[in-house]
Amino acid sequence: MDQKGTQMSKAPVLQAVGVTKAYGRVIALDGADLELFPGEVLAVVGDNGAGKSTLIKCLSGAETPDEGQIILDGQEMSFKRPQDGRQAGIETVYQTLAVAPALDIASNLFLGREMRKPGPLGSVFRMLDGSGMRKAAKEHISALGIGTIQNISQAVETLSGGQRQAVAVARAAAFGQKVIILDEPTAALGVRESRQVLKLIESLRERGMPVILISHNMPQVFEVADRIQVQRLGKRAAVVTPKSHTMNDVVAIMTGAMTVDKKDQALSPLR
Amino acid sequence: MSQDTTNYDASTEFQGRATFSQKMQAVLHKYPWLSSTMVLVVASITFSFFNENFLTPSNFSLILQQVAIVGAVATGQTLIILTAGIDLSCGAIAIFSSMAMAKLVQGTPAVDGDGLSIWIAFPAGLLVGMLAGAINGLLVTKVKLPPFIVTLGTFNIFLALTLTFTKGTVPANEMPDFLLTLGHYVNLGPFRVTTGVLFMIAMYIVLAFALRYTAWGRHVYAVGDDIDAARLAGISVNRVLMSVYVVAGLTFALAAWIVIGRVTVASPNTGGDLNLDAITAVVIGGTSLFGGRGTIFGSLIGAVIVGVFRNGLTLAGVDLYFQLMAIGVLIIFAVSVDQWIRKARK
Repeated sequence: MDQKGTQMSKAPVLQAVGVTKAYGRVIALDGADLELFPGEVLAVVGDNGAGKSTLIKCLSGAETPDEGQIILDGQEMSFKRPQDGRQAGIETVYQTLAVAPALDIASNLFLGREMRKPGPLGSVFRMLDGSGMRKAAKEHISALGIGTIQNISQAVETLSGGQRQAVAVARAAAFGQKVIILDEPTAALGVRESRQVLKLIESLRERGMPVILISHNMPQVFEVADRIQVQRLGKRAAVVTPKSHTMNDVVAIMTGAMTVDKKDQALSPLR
Repeated sequence: MSQDTTNYDASTEFQGRATFSQKMQAVLHKYPWLSSTMVLVVASITFSFFNENFLTPSNFSLILQQVAIVGAVATGQTLIILTAGIDLSCGAIAIFSSMAMAKLVQGTPAVDGDGLSIWIAFPAGLLVGMLAGAINGLLVTKVKLPPFIVTLGTFNIFLALTLTFTKGTVPANEMPDFLLTLGHYVNLGPFRVTTGVLFMIAMYIVLAFALRYTAWGRHVYAVGDDIDAARLAGISVNRVLMSVYVVAGLTFALAAWIVIGRVTVASPNTGGDLNLDAITAVVIGGTSLFGGRGTIFGSLIGAVIVGVFRNGLTLAGVDLYFQLMAIGVLIIFAVSVDQWIRKARK
C-alpha cells in the first residue's frame, strides 16, 4: 500500500516517448525519450546537432513531433502551437530571446496574457490594466533578485543581454504551472548574472517546480542538476547524476567514446 | 507613461556624458512623432512669413479638408506598416468600395432596374473593403508572400475589378443623402470644416485607443517588432495580421465614404494617388517601415504636413513641380531620421 503510494507520486510529470522529428532529410530526433520527475532539475546536454533544442521544442509545443508521444501528468498531449504548451502549464525560455525589443518590461512580461482593467472598462472597452501589470511585473522582477532593473517601463532594447534574459526567465517563473524549460539560459550572461539564474533555478526546485535545463556549461550543469540526460545523435544516450559520473564521463558519453549500462543509469527519480 | 523614472539604470548615468546628438537620438527614439511635429510647426511658421493668409483658421480648415481622405486611408496603412507590412492597394480598395456603394444604390437600369436600399448598399460597400483586406491578409499569412508583392498584385486586381464592374463609367444619378453626409460643413468656432474631417479624426481616436490600451494593440506592435518573439510569446501571429488587414480594409472603405462626400460622385478614376500618398503620410509621421515603431497620430501629423507643404508652397507662389520635389525631400528626410534613430539603439 505504502509502496504503491510512493510509486504514484514518482510518476513523471512530463514524458517523451520515442519522439521522432525530421526537417527534410535531416533527422533531428530519432526516437528520443525523456522523463521529468516532480521537483527535480533535469539537465539535457549533448553536442551540437544532438537534438536538444528540437526535443525541447517538441515538449513545449513549438514543434509537432512526426512520431512518438508527449505525456504530461499521464495524459498524452498533442501540441500544435507554443500556446498549447503554455496553456497546459509548460513555460519555456528560448535560446533566442522571445522578447519584443520596442515594448517595455511590463508589456513583455505579460505579452500574450495581458491583464484587463476590472469592470466595464476592461470587459466592454477591453482596456488594459497598465498600472496593475507594472506593479505585478515589478514584484516578479524583484522576486528574482535581479536588482539592476529599476524602471519597469523601460523598453527592453535599452537593457543589457543579461537583463533581457532576466525578463524572459521572470516571465516563465511567473506563469509556469507544471514545468519550466530553460534553453541555454546563461549562454549570454555575465558571471554575476549567471549566478542569479542558477540561484533562481534552485529556488524553483525548492518550490517544487520541475525544471528542464539545456546547457553547454558543464560546471553549471553539475552544480544545479539532479540528473543529467545526455543526448547523442537524436537519441537519449544515458541518464547520469553529478555524483555517479564526472564531467569527463559526460563528455565521453556525448561523443560516443563511452557507453553506460542501463542498470548504472539514473532512469528513476532520485527523491 | 513612466511615473517611476526616479530610478534609472546605468544608461541614464551615461546620458549625462552623452553628446547633444545622442540625447536627441534618445528623445526621438522614445517619442517617434516628435520630429514630424517639429517639422509641422517649423513649416507652418515659415510659410506664414511668405503669405499672411497662411496661418488663418479658414486656410487651415481648407488644408484639413484636403487631407481628410488621405488621413483616413493612412489610419489603416499605419496599422499595416506597424506590422512591418505595406499596403500598395489601399487606394484601389477605397475606390472599389466607393464604386460598390454607388453602383449598388443606383443599380444598373438596363439590367436590374432600381438599385438597392442605402442600408444594404452602404454596409455592402464596407464589406467589400473588409473582404479585399481579408484577401490581402490571407495571401500574407497563409500563402506567406511578402506584403509588398501581395498588394502590388491586388492593387491591379482591385482596380481591374472596379473598372470591369463599372465599365469605366461614372454612376450618373444623384447620390442618396446618406452617402453625402461627410461632405456637409460644420462650424467649429472660427474653423469651418466638413463632417468628413471630424469623422477622420474620430477614426484616429478609436484606433489610437485600440493600439494604446488594448492587448490587440500591443500584439500589433509586438508582431511588427519581432515576429518570432511574438509567436514564441504565445501570440497568434496570423490572427493578429489577419485582423490588421481586415480592419485596414474597413478604414479604406470608410475613407471611400469621405471621398463620395467630398466629390459628390463616385468615380473609378479618382484617388489614383491615394496609395502612395497614404504611405507618404505614415512615413513622414514617423512610423518605421521596419515595423513595431510609431504612433497612429503621427500619421495624422504626416498627412497634415503634406497638406501644409502643398498649400503653403502654392500660397508662396512656388511651382507645382517644386512642390512635388519638396514632398520627395520630406520622405527621404523622414526615413533618414528613422534610420538614425534606430541606429541609436543597436
